[in-house]
Amino acid sequence: MHNLTIKQMSEKLHAGEITSVQLTQHYLDRIAKYDGELNAYVTVTPELAMEMAREADERLQSGTAELLTGIPVAHKDIFCTDGVKTSCSSKMLDNFIAPYDAHVVTQLKKVGMPILGKTNMDEFAMGSSSESSYYGPTKNPWDHQAVPGGSSGGAAAVIAAGLAPMATGTDTGGSIRQPASFCGITGIKPTYGTVSRFGIVAYASSFDQAGPMTRSAEEAAWLLNAMAGFDERDSTSLQREGVDYAAELNQPLKGLKVGVPAEYFGEGLDPQVEKVVKDAIAEIQKQGAEVIEVSLPNKDLAVPSYYVLAPAEASSNLSRFDGVRFGYRCEKPKDLQDLYTRSRAEGFGAEVKRRIMVGAYALSAGFYDAYYLKAQKLRRMVRDDFTKAFEQCDVIMGPVAPTPAFNIGEKTDDPTSMYLADLYTIPVNLAGLPGLSVPAGFVNNRPVGLHIVGPYFSEAKLLNIAHQYQQTTDWHKQMPAQYQ
Amino acid sequence: MSLGKTEVEYISRLAAIAVKDDEVGEVAAKLSNILDLFAQMEAADTQGVEPMAHPLDQVQRLRRDVISETDQHEKLQSVAPSTSEGLYLVPQVIE
Repeated sequence: MHNLTIKQMSEKLHAGEITSVQLTQHYLDRIAKYDGELNAYVTVTPELAMEMAREADERLQSGTAELLTGIPVAHKDIFCTDGVKTSCSSKMLDNFIAPYDAHVVTQLKKVGMPILGKTNMDEFAMGSSSESSYYGPTKNPWDHQAVPGGSSGGAAAVIAAGLAPMATGTDTGGSIRQPASFCGITGIKPTYGTVSRFGIVAYASSFDQAGPMTRSAEEAAWLLNAMAGFDERDSTSLQREGVDYAAELNQPLKGLKVGVPAEYFGEGLDPQVEKVVKDAIAEIQKQGAEVIEVSLPNKDLAVPSYYVLAPAEASSNLSRFDGVRFGYRCEKPKDLQDLYTRSRAEGFGAEVKRRIMVGAYALSAGFYDAYYLKAQKLRRMVRDDFTKAFEQCDVIMGPVAPTPAFNIGEKTDDPTSMYLADLYTIPVNLAGLPGLSVPAGFVNNRPVGLHIVGPYFSEAKLLNIAHQYQQTTDWHKQMPAQYQ
Repeated sequence: MSLGKTEVEYISRLAAIAVKDDEVGEVAAKLSNILDLFAQMEAADTQGVEPMAHPLDQVQRLRRDVISETDQHEKLQSVAPSTSEGLYLVPQVIE
């Protein structure tokens, strides 16, 4: 059953050929069989899943079901889920049972998608490899020596290994697109504000954005339709009504203007990744698109700018973890200050502490102008580069990451080398633009994605391009042999 | 930029994160590397560029000043480390 497309699953559910209970049990069985080695789930919720599957079956029988009713889903462990542990893969929240649902969780409950469990991630979404999880690293289903990417590494791995048909993720600096690339699945980060942040444990609020992680672009469009929408509980939620992200899927690509930034193909890009990306662009060109060169001259300023701004926002957001109202509290605090500082020292992992400290420093008296304000100016310059480029082209294409998935442990001792590998995804978050990773090939049996970035609100166009590409290629249909 | 023990202690206070004596060296080294990355920003000419706080030029939405939350303190406090009679308990502050 896990080899069916979502469309086939939905048709069989609606025709009564299979039930949601059977489908959900099938995935729970696969999780029990395979997740011990993959470590892609932090929590599996079989009772909740089966209860929701029974409710979905009632809707399917009574004729009130929607397209995705009865299709199980896995939520990244950053989405608060009422009554379920929501850990953000941190010791700090290891004992945290969320008392309410994130907006995204509510939306997908309304559709009737049974929750299989919560997926592993980098602690508090700070990382690019899912190795900083308190629960240990997730393995890449294509190669157990490799990381699945991060921070939504668990979500990407469960889709690649067939341990969930659909998954949710979040992307602050590339955390949907990079693991999608490393695991050979499709993932889209929508325009900032498209999906409500309500109930998502905050990392950097002016960047955080949730999106779908699926096998195909068509499936991503359907899941995004269910996730997106205005929510008054998120002060930056966009008031746009009635957008159908699947509406343009079947548009031909004739006349599409694709911009390829020269700066993205320079030093540091693995030549084999470059070949995969260029072949993918050539395939899209064959379908009638026109390829032109564009320039994003300030791309090297994006990484330092982001690593000032995101930790600065994190240092503020994560001040709520104080050992008083929820989360970890240290043993035998000698006074209130000791309670705060030791609960935080013992509850947070090394990378999270680094980002909070560096963020607090960047905001401190004497350094604010040199770091924080400077970084905000660079943010505008990076955004203006895109604005200029989109005067010449409809979308921009390039690599998602400079290499395929690296080995577990390869970069853990050198955090800044991990930061620099985010150079293609981060500019998109600085600008708040939508970006997508679509499977485009392999290098040494490790998947590589093509990065497609568009102007604000161009999600339907990006999904259209990926869908058309997936009509003439089968990278998204491939599965690691041992999980078939 | 290379941070010393004094700076690490200062940052530890700002962040409200205790740093043990035997951790100072490694914390200083890794934070210094990150500050070296920040230094790459200096060379960029940002004269006349307005700081950008937010990706979309949005105005903060306001809502009517009416009660929108119900009393859920029992549920919300069920995840607290220590409570009594609806209050959060912490070590004694005033002798």
